[in-house]
Amino acid sequence: MWSIYRKEISSFLNSLIAYLVMTVFLVTMGLLVWVFPDTGIFEYGYADLGIFFNMVPFVFMFLIPAITMKSIAEESKSGMLELLFTKPINEIKLVFGKYLAGLTLVLVTLLPTIIYYFSLRYISNPVGNVDTAGIIGAYIGLLFLASSYTAIGVFSSSLSENQIVAFIIALFFSFLLFMGFSSISSLTIFEGMSTSLDQLGMQYHYDALGKGVIDIRDVIYFISVTFIFIYATFWVLKLKKWNS
Amino acid sequence: MSIKVVNVVKQFGEQRAVKNISFEIDKGEIVGFLGRNGAGKSTTMKMITGNLPLTEGQIFVNGLDVKSELDSIKSQIGYLPEHNPLYLDMYVHEFLQFCGKVYGIKGQVLIARINEIVAQCGLLKEQNKLIGSLSKGYRQRVGLAQALLHNPSVLILDEPTTGLDPNQIIEIRELIQSISKDKTVLLSTHIMQEVQALCSRAIIIKNGEIVANETVDELTTEEQSHTIKIELADVADLSSWKEKEKILSIQKANKLTYLIKASEDIRKQIFKWAGEEGVDLVGISLEKGSMETVFQKLTKD
Repeated sequence: MWSIYRKEISSFLNSLIAYLVMTVFLVTMGLLVWVFPDTGIFEYGYADLGIFFNMVPFVFMFLIPAITMKSIAEESKSGMLELLFTKPINEIKLVFGKYLAGLTLVLVTLLPTIIYYFSLRYISNPVGNVDTAGIIGAYIGLLFLASSYTAIGVFSSSLSENQIVAFIIALFFSFLLFMGFSSISSLTIFEGMSTSLDQLGMQYHYDALGKGVIDIRDVIYFISVTFIFIYATFWVLKLKKWNS
Repeated sequence: MSIKVVNVVKQFGEQRAVKNISFEIDKGEIVGFLGRNGAGKSTTMKMITGNLPLTEGQIFVNGLDVKSELDSIKSQIGYLPEHNPLYLDMYVHEFLQFCGKVYGIKGQVLIARINEIVAQCGLLKEQNKLIGSLSKGYRQRVGLAQALLHNPSVLILDEPTTGLDPNQIIEIRELIQSISKDKTVLLSTHIMQEVQALCSRAIIIKNGEIVANETVDELTTEEQSHTIKIELADVADLSSWKEKEKILSIQKANKLTYLIKASEDIRKQIFKWAGEEGVDLVGISLEKGSMETVFQKLTKD
């Protein structure tokens, strides 16, 4: 698993993907949070990172599939997957290696934004008057969200040999799981079960964590989503082998 | 027994790609696996590496069942797939290090092993390059290095020389010969000379069935065993020989060489006739049928 992990990380660094992802993410978020008057904190007037935590799930929805789309699709297309499986690498090691590498890149990208919190503390009035617990909770939520998106991305990448197809499938699943359920739950025909439907989606649990309350149920929800997709990837690879 | 294939069947949907084949390969043998495209060579090789599940039958590598003991087999097999997949954005050493680590080889041992294998595979000159910038012949060497790195006792090479230029083919062939001294090798190819040059035995497969499993000598002598090639020192007229018994035809290959087709081995008589008629004979040999003719004959529909 670690040999795959290390290989993925060095491939991110060698192919400029890592730098590109980090630059795009940090520039976008920096502009949205601090510069653009429509969304920026200075115009808004409250010492609050709400805009950041509202935007990141949508930026990640595109960025993470872009990181993960080639992970298995390319190996499969080049025939490398077959060669790897004749070596002491099995489906579990491969999938976990790919997932962890993708997640590492996302977390490293997220890391510099911690400076936003310290900047916010400094400019708030009185100094230090920010909702620290809420921000920590939201960061934990983001971490789990990133983990789920990455698992979805790796899963989609195993479905097709075509990276663009993998990207679109990942985008679709991420969107469906994040927004889809809460949007569907607001339809009038689902009135009776709207809460349960809402709870199926990631947004509900992400918002809950963002309030600064780490509820074990939300944590379990995200870990389950991650594991379901990793497990599904494992099965897709197994089935492909059996049917080949 | 290094490789033992017992009644193996592989079904792809409706199509039966491999129909009940069995063969054995002893330790230290180099066996050529021949057949037209789509005959089931790659399929069989993939099944031996454990990459493709068998529909029926059993395969043993070094006595271990591919189905149930795959994990222990993996470190004993080196595999070079047909299209030789490589990470083109990696450096030669980087790629080999990745492969070594996968097998649990680490640190100084790995570095020493990589240096050894790089030298063995003739990659010294190109060892610091990006794999993507290497020519096809050198990529093939990297593929072989990858297959050999963990010092496996069984090598499965799927068309190792396809698409290379004639010089590269000879180089790769020599390389295979030099590395295969203490290894069992199963290699598939379309090139008949390769089988003659490299292999002790050939397994010919047609539409998923084995049609021949013999040594190269056996295969080639069976075929048209009575063509006799003679070489003369001076131009002479042999047209009268056509009337002699047992001779079917006489063909002039060039000025001084004739190919005589006969119903049996008549080399003795030819010597006698030549002596009687004062023809200076400088060479006489029984022509073996070439592997190509054997192959064509056996795999024709």
